[in-house]
Amino acid sequence: MSGEFKTPGQSGLILNEKLLWESGRKGRSAMSPVVSGLPPVSLPPDLAGDGPDWPDLSEQQVARHYTRLSTWNFGVDTGTYPLGSCTMKYNPKINEEMANLPGFVKAHPLLPAEAVQGELRLMYELEQFLAEIVGLKAASLQPGAGAHGELCGMLMIAACHRHHGQNRSKVLMPDTAHGTNPATAAMCGYSEVKVPLGPKGFMEYATVEKLMTDEVAGLMVTNPNTLGLFESELHRITEMIHQRGGLVYGDGANLNAIMGRVDLGRLGVDVVHYNVHKTLSTPHGGGGPGAGPVAVGDRLLPYLPGPRVVKNGDRYEWKEDLPLSIGRLHGFHGQFRVLVRAYAYILSMGPELKTASDLAVLNANYIKEKLKDVYDLPFDQPCMHECVFTNAKQAAARVSTLDIAKGLIDLGFHPPTIYFPLVVDSAIMIEPTETESKEDLDAFIAAMRQVAEEVRQNPETLHQAPARTFRSRLDETSAARRPILTGDMG
Amino acid sequence: MKELNELNLPSSVRYHDDHEWVSVSAPYRLGISDFAQDALGDLTFVEMPEVGTRLTRGEEFGTLESTKSVSPLLSPVNGTVKAVNEELNDNPGLVNSDPYGAGWIIEIEMNPGELDGLMDAAAYKAHLESEGGH
Amino acid sequence: MLGPSEIRGNLLNNWSVIMRYLPHTSDDVKEMLSAAGAGSLDDLFASVPPESRRLSPLNLPGPLTEWDLRARLENMADGGDWQVFVGAGSYAHQVPALVPYLAGRSEFLTAYTPYQPEMSQGTLQAVFEFQTLVSRLTGLQVTNASMYDGATALAEASLMAQRVTKRSSLAVSELVHPHWREVLSTYLAPRKDLELLLLPADAEGRTDYSALASLEKPAALLVQSPNFLGVIEDLSRAAEAVHQAGGLLVAGFSEPFAYGLLKSPGAQGADIAVGDGQSLGLGQGFGGPGLGLMSAKNDLVRQMPGRLVGRTVDKNGRPGFVLTLSTREQHIRRSKAVSNICSNAGHCALTAAMFMAAIGGTGFRGMARANLELAEYLKAGLLKIGFKPLSPAPTFNEFALTAPAGFAQKHEELKKSKILAGLPLSRWYAKFNGAWLFGVTETRTRADIDAFLAEVKS
Repeated sequence: MSGEFKTPGQSGLILNEKLLWESGRKGRSAMSPVVSGLPPVSLPPDLAGDGPDWPDLSEQQVARHYTRLSTWNFGVDTGTYPLGSCTMKYNPKINEEMANLPGFVKAHPLLPAEAVQGELRLMYELEQFLAEIVGLKAASLQPGAGAHGELCGMLMIAACHRHHGQNRSKVLMPDTAHGTNPATAAMCGYSEVKVPLGPKGFMEYATVEKLMTDEVAGLMVTNPNTLGLFESELHRITEMIHQRGGLVYGDGANLNAIMGRVDLGRLGVDVVHYNVHKTLSTPHGGGGPGAGPVAVGDRLLPYLPGPRVVKNGDRYEWKEDLPLSIGRLHGFHGQFRVLVRAYAYILSMGPELKTASDLAVLNANYIKEKLKDVYDLPFDQPCMHECVFTNAKQAAARVSTLDIAKGLIDLGFHPPTIYFPLVVDSAIMIEPTETESKEDLDAFIAAMRQVAEEVRQNPETLHQAPARTFRSRLDETSAARRPILTGDMG
Repeated sequence: MKELNELNLPSSVRYHDDHEWVSVSAPYRLGISDFAQDALGDLTFVEMPEVGTRLTRGEEFGTLESTKSVSPLLSPVNGTVKAVNEELNDNPGLVNSDPYGAGWIIEIEMNPGELDGLMDAAAYKAHLESEGGH
Repeated sequence: MLGPSEIRGNLLNNWSVIMRYLPHTSDDVKEMLSAAGAGSLDDLFASVPPESRRLSPLNLPGPLTEWDLRARLENMADGGDWQVFVGAGSYAHQVPALVPYLAGRSEFLTAYTPYQPEMSQGTLQAVFEFQTLVSRLTGLQVTNASMYDGATALAEASLMAQRVTKRSSLAVSELVHPHWREVLSTYLAPRKDLELLLLPADAEGRTDYSALASLEKPAALLVQSPNFLGVIEDLSRAAEAVHQAGGLLVAGFSEPFAYGLLKSPGAQGADIAVGDGQSLGLGQGFGGPGLGLMSAKNDLVRQMPGRLVGRTVDKNGRPGFVLTLSTREQHIRRSKAVSNICSNAGHCALTAAMFMAAIGGTGFRGMARANLELAEYLKAGLLKIGFKPLSPAPTFNEFALTAPAGFAQKHEELKKSKILAGLPLSRWYAKFNGAWLFGVTETRTRADIDAFLAEVKS
């Protein structure tokens, strides 16, 4: 039996399910009633309201509703998920168990330090691990996700310049940058100066050198960049930027390629964020919660968000007196239970995190070599943890990158990232991660080749794909023209 | 995408190399060319200026949105916005289905001399050819 | 004979134990290196210049086995067994077993943001339902797919109000959660164009809006209800005051259960509502992750940050869901995006939706009632033993009282019995020196409160 199928995709037993409120009936409940046994209290009538009109459902109805919905979803546990720039590696189950320990779930964030020595130790050690992995000095766990880490880093850069009486209004960024980089710079009042890509797929020293004026606060750079290529002139670039009074923001989206291999301190990065749901294996949850801790070198250390956990003898305490700190970025101490998972993952891997990066890079190069005869590879050179193809060989048959992606869905794979980076027309960006087995990589390669073959034989099937999913292609234009954003509209 | 010979390029308007058009006589309306609407794909939203806004040649006065892109609308002329096409608020697809008619975007108060710098249909077609978009 | 780990270690020279998350055997690695045209793993990093390379091995503990890891962490998870009689932005509530059980389904947990809608209809429908349920709670037509937490939602709402009104100055009540105000200040630090006015508390523990008139063109008034003292604010009056000046009312809340009994922010005239949804089935988690909630009036949607899920149809006319109005966002509009946010608190939103579905409208109201009754019982008990009210205004499940002499000492003593008897407001407000914030939820019974009062009195 197992030898009979080449790809995981198959039409299955898919059940329909109504919207939540279409199944409700007043008087049902999926929860034990809560009664105080105390006399009723009334609120002044001008303040009192009726409460939200939420449906009343039974426990089984709720269980079935979400179980059915879950069957229309695809996760890393379902199959290969080679979304470039997203590092969809396996999410270890012990980490879930640890994050759900009652001592963590029930801990009030304002308990006195003596009550939460374990939690504070975890935060303190995790900050040290995060600094060690990238070769920097200290870290903060407050940012709520990667983009928030970027905001944190750029606010620190802005604060540092302000403290030194510098009025710099621009930030350099390569045109391979994620959209979050210019958006973050704008939130900090900076305008963007684009650094054009060099012919080898990374920034050239001479280009940046010309753009680096005394109006420039610094550089935001993802390394390896979003083409999956190492910025091989970056160490010279950062030195020049520092000489001219600028600072360097490292976007850590692609850290999974370089753990144990690259020292960001030596490379001249002043601050870098982690996306823990990428590099450190925490589940992405269909859109978060992430955590975006930042690690810093000496230049920006005084500006880290506060309060910070410090160790005093064998006791952990909060330190609030941080005169140069940018202040709080989170209502409490950061996404603590997400960070528990990251801490557990680091301890599970230890120094072998380097091996994780090594194999992530190996897997990407393997895929690149196995597909470059059927898909256009605009930068044909060794890659890091991801590789970028295009649909150029399929375009003549009027098959777009989107069609290729949708074709893969029918074969049981999540598509790669598409149409990014913007510097490559109709990009197909593949990041396999280190946790995919060789058999799964081979199956993905076979599926990509099968799609390319389909383009030659019968391109129309790709325009119609996916055909085996719960829903076929959705009308995004109508959705945007007349937005229906709740069940109570339209 | 349409081939060059499939494009509708009427001679009743003048074209700008950023793919806006302006009618040759008053009332001066402005829209985007068949080439532009085809390249942008199905539009989902047209952000238009308020009536009375001053237009400066080469400057942004609004945006066109599709599901996955935002494109600036650049004014090919100097003038003042006299009217905006309110129909587009409910039906931005008019820009796709009838780019030179019901899909007009704004009406402009301007000096007829402003048309001088713009291209006629033949010149615009040659411009598209030279851009090599096809 | 060599064990499998030693075999791999010998071959690759960088394995010390079998890594359960790394599936490659030494043969796999050999074959793949050869396919990639590389002689060794080191070769793959040839593009990294020597100046950028790491010179020493990673100095990290581990690798730990699963059981050693569990033992270490179980020992560290020590914050859950206190009796906490305060909220201050984090609330203990009962959560039915159903909720974490369903939320743990890996089809939800291990998925990415639903960029490919045909593979994510489960997440998308669940978020659409979340948006609807939250809109019914806040009384505002549109709700986004979530923000990181309540504090960042408030900061983003203030930026949103500035974009909508094309004005820059803001008035914020000093009774908004102090941490949330700090986050707001952090966000606004680089904005030179901004005036931030702090509105003081009045004698009743509500916000005094009279200074609002001193702002020429306010973009928004930011108020929290119930506020940090637990007092229910008169949002209708706040709305009137700011609307007269042409600005927006941003209404915040840290305890959604209050709106089981109160008029919704929307019904009282708020233009934007922001809050933290931690109470909705998430656990306190030492402060995170929380769940940033944001709702707004329909006509503000194009300036709203964050993901939005919309209803549409598929090629065959069947109903389905997609991420929509994405042109607001960073991946398309880049430096002109309304925010840089991408990942939010998606799985917390899903969990909260499951909680809202499980508790239902009837159950939510019942639980809110129990919170109010228990809190009033605690308040009455404390008043009986010498505490004085800081304000006579109505409160929900937290409140501020001035303590009798010697209470600070008692507070310290009770810590030894793992009881947190409120928090001193002087920690955040010099003017409320001697006053304490207390709170209680349905996780404590009348008997627990009686026992607590006896301890405080002793």
